[in-house]
Amino acid sequence: MTEMVWRVELVVLPKDGVNDPQGEAVKGGLDKLGHRTIERVRVGRHLQLDIRGTSESDVRAQVNLMAVQLLANQVIEQSSISAMSVLKSGEATG
Amino acid sequence: MKRGVAVLTFPGSNGDTDALHAFQDQVGIAAELVDYRATSLAGFDAVVLPGGFSYGDYLRCGAIACFSPVVDALRAFALRGGPVLGICNGFQILMEAQLLPGALLKNQSLEFRSEWLHVRVESGNTPWTAAVKEREVLTLPVAHGLGNYYADPNTINRLREGARIIFRYCSATGEVDSDSNFNGSADNIAGICNAGRNVVGLMPHPERASDPLLGPTDGARLLRSIEMFLAVTA
Repeated sequence: MTEMVWRVELVVLPKDGVNDPQGEAVKGGLDKLGHRTIERVRVGRHLQLDIRGTSESDVRAQVNLMAVQLLANQVIEQSSISAMSVLKSGEATG
Repeated sequence: MKRGVAVLTFPGSNGDTDALHAFQDQVGIAAELVDYRATSLAGFDAVVLPGGFSYGDYLRCGAIACFSPVVDALRAFALRGGPVLGICNGFQILMEAQLLPGALLKNQSLEFRSEWLHVRVESGNTPWTAAVKEREVLTLPVAHGLGNYYADPNTINRLREGARIIFRYCSATGEVDSDSNFNGSADNIAGICNAGRNVVGLMPHPERASDPLLGPTDGARLLRSIEMFLAVTA
């Protein structure tokens, strides 16, 4: 099995239906600057993880578990992988 | 009673010595600081998670503290029915550790609010409310930027039906209304308990309202509850 290193971009945002006062404050600031086209702003976190895995689905499964265990508070946050790419092709370890 | 109250100390906890002082000097009960690396809480009668900024609030308030060795011991202690109190950041840690339901968002105003306010005791029957009566109004200080309690509607209903909302923000005369909801918490919730009623979390700081030199002392009455509870159950 060949193990590669993947770079995963994980975005964590408030769940829909959860109040986001930060997002509202940012929207207010943009509005004051004259940007009247904003419908909604949500503020969250972006994590970049470099992970060893054998395939894209293997890495996705690892990241989803990490998100549930630590990276996203399952009560108020949702997470999604916005991008992933191979950083380092590995050598065969099998 | 054995060793008394264990006050847990995480990197970044800053309410630990205040809590220790309140228990030892104002309530007059044995209390010790217990380091986050401790692997056992054997011999203690109650555990308190103090306020502060554990791990600098990295990732999310209380998220990293959950992985401390002492929190494994805390889970076992709570599972066996041991009294646990989480104050402010301590409350946040209890939720991240899933010992209490819900989560805390930033205050609606986005301000860090440090002020005296009032809470009403909604429900008793916990080790930490033995010395106060239901519907009583307590004067306590808050100091937090993330105290806006959130839980999904089903959870809020469960809390209501189980009488697990312990404290609500209220006016000086005990009215629970939107004016007294200074941080936007669902249902004015300032503190809750678990299903077993042995784990209580609250955002206000009873340990900072314990010394008559510094102001109102309703906090000391809350903390004295554990002494009453232990005297009866020991």
